[in-house]
Amino acid sequence: MAPAHVASIAPSLSLPLRIEGVVKRFGGLTAVNGVSLELNSGECLGLLGPNGAGKSTLIRSVVGRVIPDSGTVSVFGARADSSGAREALGWIPQELALYPKLTCRENLQSFGLYHGLRGAALRTAVEWCLDWASLTDRALEPVAHLSGGMKRRLNMAAGLIHRPKVILMDEPTVGVDPQSRNRIFEMIETLHDEGVSMLYTTHYMEEAERLCDRIAVIDHGRVIALGTKDELVQNAFASRSEVIVRFAKAGDGVDGWVKERAGVFEDGMARFTIEHANEVAGLLDSAGNAGHELADISLRKPNLESVFLHLTGRELRD
Amino acid sequence: MILPIVRTGLIALRRDRGAFALSFVLPIAFFSIFAVIFGGHRDSTPKVKVIVVDEDHSTASQRLIRGLEREGSLAVKKKPASKKGGEQLDYTATTAEAAVKDGTAPVALIIPHGFGENPISFGASGENRPPIQLLKDSSDLIAPQVIVGLLQKVAMTAMPDLMAEQGSKYLDRVAGGFTPEQRKRIDEGLDELRRLEDSDEQSSASGDSNRGMPVAVATRDVVGQNRDMVSFYAAAIGVMFLLFTASGASGSLLDEAESGTLDRVLSSRVTMGNLLAGKLLYSMLLAFSQLVVMFLWAWLVFKVDFIPHIPGFVVMGLSTAFAVGAFGMLLASICRTRAQLGPLSTLVILLMSSLGGSMFPRYFMSEAMQKAGLLTINAWAIDGFTEVFWRDEPISHLWPQVLVLLGIGVLFWTAARRLARRWEYS
Repeated sequence: MAPAHVASIAPSLSLPLRIEGVVKRFGGLTAVNGVSLELNSGECLGLLGPNGAGKSTLIRSVVGRVIPDSGTVSVFGARADSSGAREALGWIPQELALYPKLTCRENLQSFGLYHGLRGAALRTAVEWCLDWASLTDRALEPVAHLSGGMKRRLNMAAGLIHRPKVILMDEPTVGVDPQSRNRIFEMIETLHDEGVSMLYTTHYMEEAERLCDRIAVIDHGRVIALGTKDELVQNAFASRSEVIVRFAKAGDGVDGWVKERAGVFEDGMARFTIEHANEVAGLLDSAGNAGHELADISLRKPNLESVFLHLTGRELRD
Repeated sequence: MILPIVRTGLIALRRDRGAFALSFVLPIAFFSIFAVIFGGHRDSTPKVKVIVVDEDHSTASQRLIRGLEREGSLAVKKKPASKKGGEQLDYTATTAEAAVKDGTAPVALIIPHGFGENPISFGASGENRPPIQLLKDSSDLIAPQVIVGLLQKVAMTAMPDLMAEQGSKYLDRVAGGFTPEQRKRIDEGLDELRRLEDSDEQSSASGDSNRGMPVAVATRDVVGQNRDMVSFYAAAIGVMFLLFTASGASGSLLDEAESGTLDRVLSSRVTMGNLLAGKLLYSMLLAFSQLVVMFLWAWLVFKVDFIPHIPGFVVMGLSTAFAVGAFGMLLASICRTRAQLGPLSTLVILLMSSLGGSMFPRYFMSEAMQKAGLLTINAWAIDGFTEVFWRDEPISHLWPQVLVLLGIGVLFWTAARRLARRWEYS
């Protein structure tokens, strides 16, 4: 569906979003530490990182709710705090930022009015949002009466009421059931198909893999890797595969044994990378000789989770 | 961008039927209770109860009792309050004394046998007449003095013919006798006085109780004529509830900050200035509507003279609504959470309401407390409404109250705007 309302900023050859050297400190804590990113037109760029990595602070810096200590943010070449940039940006916050006593339609109308929509443009935008979020039949329902998934969808729709060209999504699927999550994925894919540029933060690897064209892995306020999923895996593992070993009975010194073989030991499991499958036999022999009884061993192609673990030594969910 | 904020507030209020009802019904209920308690009196001074026992049953004793009954400040009881099942007997000296002892009345008057034979006398001839007995509760220092004073007054005003007759007899005796011509003129004068007294008693039981006094006094209401305290309480209770409403309404700012809605709003075209102005306008509208509903209720149910005072009401209502709206914004911007706002606003509002005259009139307070009350919104608002509804002052005379309320509003709103900076950016 073609956008009913377009943001007032003129599309140009400039990038939809450019973040350069953004730093934000809260007291002694550096939440964002020199992040630079570029969002291409029609691209969905994922910000993948654990809770507390600085994803939300970075998004809030872009949308003007946080003033960076240094660095710049531009939207289609305009400063992020300019009125044109503000209209071009749509922000879907992690919180359910809605009026609970108002109905779905009234919420959308209110946020539409706040963005300067009036009359037919407002009506069209509201109906588009209700349709996009599959809430047309719930339009007259107060938000407080909606299910968690419906509230999430309305929360997303409210961020799109002015049909922005660049959308910033801050973990839009937090706390929703798998069925609602799938519905939200479909909504985002619709936008992607329309050519909307999106910055999507998540700490779920599956979401980043499914929705994002490129992924920036972020940890402790820094971008530690950037590229497509395949590029990230290739850069981290090249042609190597991942071996996951679970111990039935781990003897003393298992941690040291894993480290000797350049593996990572965590939660009773060890992860190794190997170049060739025949290296597995060597691992089995070595474990047996060291007195570590294995429960099972599996060989898998590395994924983003593996990349994150490889880069940080920690699980993504931590 | 201000009106959309007002619109959202109004829709949220309409959806919250409980809050909507409380905003209008609760103040009306409170006001009605106060109006029923105090509404029938010009002031809050209760009447002095006095039990009267007539042992004489003479014309003079009955005229004296009727005179006492005509006194507006006395509640004369000749018999106990009637109970179910029968008429009560008149008080006797014994039952009257028992009634004073049990606190039914602070004073009882016993008019003895033989009072009517010589009700008034001058000089030594009065020494043998039986005196009226006054039984009193010594814990009440005021009532007996009031009764003694009024008894002397009523003797003059209710029995002027007897007083003149006894006076002439006394003069006749001490001056050595009147001439026949003088006696004739005095008798004619006395007859005229008796006719006048009889016609007065038949025509009105509540005539001018000061007539016949040695010093002529003409009383005239110059303020509050034909008014009661209802309009005062409509303003007093109204302002207190306006403060509660404004603090509750502006608390939505804290709700929105906690939920993240405030961030979303501020990421649109709405600035913090727009948002605060919209919230203030919404609070003002709500507060003014509350005042309108309260005064319409007071007009319809308690007959407050509302219609002729509409211009003054609008001026005072809008000024008050602006001040309380800004007060609510300031409280909300001081607090970090709704949980903080609740107790703080209750404390401040109750303090302002007690000092400012919303709970009882400020003229009951000491001078120092009255001055302290001037630091409150309540005092200036109530003073303004009193000027309009009680003193019938024109709008041009409301400038002190209006200026102070607008000044408070501007000051509070400016402070709220500065404090709200913390929500603009982190």
